[in-house]
This record gives sequence, structure tokens and C-alpha cells, in this order.
Amino acid sequence: MSDRITTLHGAGGEVMDRLLADVVLPRLAGRPSGRIPLSAADDGATLDLPRDGEIVFTTDSHVIKPVFFPGGDIGRLAACGTLNDLAVMGARPLVLSLAAILEEGFAIADLERLLDSFAAVIDSVGVSVACGDTKVMPAGELDGIVLTTSGIGVAQRAVSDAGLRVGDRILVTGTIGDHGMALLAARGEFHLTTALVSDVAAIWPLLAPTLEIAGAVHAMKDPTRGGLAAALNEMARKSRTCIEVREAAIPLRPEVRGLSDLLGISPFDVANEGKAILAIDPAHADAVLRTLRRHPLGAAAAEIGCVTAEYPGRVVLATEVGGRRFLDMPLGDPVPRIC
Amino acid sequence: MSHPFRLADPRRARQLADAIHLLAPREPVKLVHVCGTHEIAITRHGLRRLLPETVRVLEGPGCPVCVTPAADIETAIRIAERGAVVCSFGDMLRVPGYGRSLDSARAAGCDIRTVLSADEAVQIAKATRREVVFFAVGFETTAPMTAAVALERAPANLSILLAHKQIPPAMAALLDLPGTGIGGFLAPGHVSTIIGAAGYEESMAHRRMPVVIGGFEPLDILYAVALLLRQIRDGRAIIENGYPRAVESAGNPTAQRLLAEVFEPAPAAWRGIGVLPASGVQFLAEFMQLDARRRFDVGELVESPEDHACRCPDVLTARAMPSDCPLFGTRCTPLSPVGPCMVGSEGACSIWFRYEGERAL
Repeated sequence: MSDRITTLHGAGGEVMDRLLADVVLPRLAGRPSGRIPLSAADDGATLDLPRDGEIVFTTDSHVIKPVFFPGGDIGRLAACGTLNDLAVMGARPLVLSLAAILEEGFAIADLERLLDSFAAVIDSVGVSVACGDTKVMPAGELDGIVLTTSGIGVAQRAVSDAGLRVGDRILVTGTIGDHGMALLAARGEFHLTTALVSDVAAIWPLLAPTLEIAGAVHAMKDPTRGGLAAALNEMARKSRTCIEVREAAIPLRPEVRGLSDLLGISPFDVANEGKAILAIDPAHADAVLRTLRRHPLGAAAAEIGCVTAEYPGRVVLATEVGGRRFLDMPLGDPVPRIC
Repeated sequence: MSHPFRLADPRRARQLADAIHLLAPREPVKLVHVCGTHEIAITRHGLRRLLPETVRVLEGPGCPVCVTPAADIETAIRIAERGAVVCSFGDMLRVPGYGRSLDSARAAGCDIRTVLSADEAVQIAKATRREVVFFAVGFETTAPMTAAVALERAPANLSILLAHKQIPPAMAALLDLPGTGIGGFLAPGHVSTIIGAAGYEESMAHRRMPVVIGGFEPLDILYAVALLLRQIRDGRAIIENGYPRAVESAGNPTAQRLLAEVFEPAPAAWRGIGVLPASGVQFLAEFMQLDARRRFDVGELVESPEDHACRCPDVLTARAMPSDCPLFGTRCTPLSPVGPCMVGSEGACSIWFRYEGERAL
């Protein structure tokens, strides 16, 4: 077999079948989703879903440069991205689909590494892959690889990102800005070397115990694209409440702070891939914080603010030096400042 | 989570704020800084809330992107249309020139590349046989890098579109404009590392204007404001170094020598302000072959009028706050900017929009 993806790998014939049989299925078909699973290679799969609770369904496409980055790769990202969307809905993830669009010339060894990363995540959370798809596009028409994952989970009662109530405490599950800053550094344009790695991780095992505390979790959201600033603003807008956060309480790694100062890019505007924001009933805030900190992914969890009625729909930041300002939605992709 | 290098200790900030309240005059006083990085620090840390109501701090012509005339942008686009590769700082791309920007020219097929330094343009020129032009924007902090490229024997296919500006002549010009009413200048720390405290002497001579060089951490800025208010209270007007851990009074002689070997002062057009004497640079005769305006004769361009309602000219001359403009946050936002102050990431309007929303807290 060629060591690179060719257009034949997406053509639906013998070459594609071999790719699926040799590369894809051994990694993804381990856990059947139902009576007709992925390994049957049928036109669809069947799902054994629980009879009670709410079914949650979500989808996400993943593009990233570089495909292999410090702390992860697009395979791990594609699994975690969709699993985390389910997790912050309060849903135990059950099953995923995976569609890959590959650029002609993509190294098959790289594809194997990506699928290994993907498989490691789903195995750790106990999720099955029910269906998938592979397409190939001619060289130059795509930048390497696009992965699209859809996911289904089940929640006792799904948690929205709009359920904030005045008085709630705002918690984050760990340090902010790691993924975005690690990627900015890894892209090489700035000739920077750092030990910073992406935080990409599946957070269901971290969040599940907090949902056991009855009535504690009013809202959750994962601060991915647009970072903490976008996620908090969205939560405030949708719930028509005001979120007030204390800058000094937001956990930041020293590397993230340093890069942020150097590049003039706020750590609050860049993506996280293994974190959640929680709005917690004040009576349970300490218990939830303790629960989060017991899990390795939540060791740096912190209470960063509270929900008020002061400026409905807005986020207020109490700055380190004692000033106050709005923390607004980032406008677009952050660009470094020149002077 | 405190940071060993961040001067943002809330207790010390409170002490400085208390000192500022004691020093502040009863009558309103307007302090002007000329630096986007200062404005970002002031708004990002919410420092205006720590100042008394009588003390107003405004950004003047502190954004190199904002003060670059539309004619220079149009010149860069016309050069790109002749087939040259134009290298620009990313910040410059979306600034409107004559109804079009470098960004829209790129979408129309021009080869316009984003660089982070003059040296990157040199690398691009070395890798191609096409003509490459570096659009040299910025104050005294970036100009020495451009001079270094000229002195290090630039590749023959590289030329430079000079749009560098000098800060002290612009500060002096603000004082001569009607209605600016400036009580003191907070001078930019990084420009001062190059020109030193001495770099302001000629422009500020006989003007009786308090000037304090300030750093960029929250405590640096509060300290510089306190020094300015102390000068005002005591009726003094000197050039004071409030940032001695980075700024030498003589500045950086190596950088100054680079500048003197390559450039001479020249009149320059500032967007929204007009032509100011000796506020820009031009190549000395022996470096003329690097001048992109000579290599690509695109004709003399005149400034086109700006949108009447846009108050960028007043914002750039510290006669208005961004929120005084009727377009601010309504017709003019960073996503659809009308004036240059909303485009450049160092522009006062853009910074206010990003960090303070439509109203100050």
C-alpha cells in the first residue's frame, strides 16, 4: 500500500476498503454501538440508547494548524471537542461518528497516529464509534485534514448555558488560555520556544461527580473558540444576567501570562480545549469546588466570580489593580500588536 | 495568581491612587499620552476609575497605523498592482485608504504579505526574484530596524516605502493646535528607550509643558500620572523620567546612530492632523535607491477628505474621547470601521470598543 493518501483512497473501491480494514476499523470498531455496529460496515449503524433521561446530540468540525501540536493532535481534538460539548450539556457521552476529509498526499502514518489519539480518548471515556466517512480532495484544495465528529449522550436533565441565576458562583475547572497560547507559540511565526502544552482533554470524568450534587449546577459551557471572554458573554447574554469576575482569581499559567504580555493577546480571548465554566448555586459552591479539585483535570479549579443583576447581558472584570471594566466578546482571530 | 514582573499590586495601586487624589488640582486637567500601548494598559486595567474626576487622560496621535495617511496606503496598493510583493504589518491591512485597503487589494489578487519585522521582508526578498517592498510604518521604536536593513546591504530587489513618524514633533504640534488645552504629557516608555529624556528637549523647549516618561505596567502609569500632577501643582515644567528601569536619559546611542546614518528628518503628513514639520524621515542621498516611491513612480497623491461625522481628527489630537464621536459603536465598530482610530489595534476607538464597551464603568 502507498504510504500516502491518494484519490483512490476516497474512491469507494478496493483501495478504500483496504484503508478502512487496515487502518481505521482496527482502531475504532472495538466497542459496538448496537445490534448493527461500525464493524458491519453497513449503510448505517444501530444504537442501544438508554430509555430514560434526555438524549443530547451535537456536531463539530475540526481544522487546526499544525495538525500535531504540543499536547495533542487533531485526532485527540476531534474526540475531545464533541465529547466536551456533550459533557457541558450534562450528558454522559455514548456514541460518536467520525468523518474525515483528507488532502491527497497526506501521510498514512500520520493518519494512523491521529486515529490512535482519537481511539485513546474514546477508550478512556468508554464511548463507541457508530459510523464514519472518508473523502479525499486533490492536493492543494484542502490544508491536510478536516475531521467532523457528531456525538450522542444522555443526561438526567440536560444543563443549558443560559441557566444562570443572580447569586450563582462562577467556577472554572482550571488554567485558562493554555490551548490557544500553545498553538500561537507552536505556529512558529514568532520564533518562540515554550514548554506550554495544549490542555486538550475529555472532561466528562471531571464534570460527572458535580452533577451528583443535587441542584448545584445551574449552567455550564466550555470556553473553546473565543475563549473565556466569549463564553462568559454568551452565558450572560442568554440568561440576561451580569457576570462579574475577578481578574486576580482567574488561574493562569506563568507561560500563558508571559506569552500574553509578549504578543499583546489576552489569555481570555483564546481557546481552551479541556476546561469548563460552571454557574453554581451559592449553597453548593464550596462542595463543587472541592469535588472538581479532587480530579487531576480539576486540580487548579477556582471560583472566579459571581452572577449579579448590575448590567444584564454584560461581563464585568474587576482588574488586578482595583479598576473595573467590561470584558467584551473578542472580535475575531487575535492578531499580535506591533509598535 | 501574582506575577513576579507585573507591577499590579492592588495595595500599592491604592496608595498611588490616594497620592494622585491628594495631588490633583480642583480645576479639570487634561493629561495626554501618545501611545497605543499606554491606552491598552489604561483601559485593560480600568485605571481611569482610580483617577479623580478632575483628571482626564486622553490618547493623542499614539497609533502608528492610525496616523499613516490614506495616500501612503494608496501608494502601497498601487505598487502592489504593478506586480511587486508588498510586506506590511498585519495591523495595517484593514485600514481604509482611498476607499480600499491592503486587505481588499489582496482579495483582488495583489500579493500582500503580513510580516512581523523588517527582517522578514528581507527574507522574502532573498527567496524571490520579484520586487519586494517593505511598508515601513511606526515610531522611533521600529525605525531603527528599518535603518538596520538599509545598512546591512538589502537585496537589490527590496525597496522600502517609508512612513515612519517621530513623536516629539507631534507632541509640540498638538500644543499649537487650537482647543487642545493640554496640561501635561505622559511620554511613551518604549520610544523613550530609543530617544531618551533628551529626545524631547528640542520639541518642548520654551513650551513650559510638564512631561513624564512612563512605563506600561499599571503601577508605572499611576506613578507617572502622580509625577505629572506633582509638577503641575508645583508649577514646574520639566522632562522627568518616571521609567528609569528601562529608559536612560541619553536613550540608546546605537539605535540613534543607526537612524542618523540612514535617515534625515522630513516633514510628514499625519492622518487627521496634517503635515507637521520634521515629524517624519527620508533617506539620506546614499540610500535613495531603497526608496520605493522612486523605484515605482505612482505619482504624487493628495489626501482625500474623511467622513464628515467621524471625529478621528479630534481623537488623534486629544480634543475628543472616542465616546464623544457620534459614530462610535454605532456606525463605526472594529468590524466595519469608518475612521482609522477604529481600525488600528492601537487606535483609541478600537481599544475603547474592545475593553470598555459603549460606556465607561
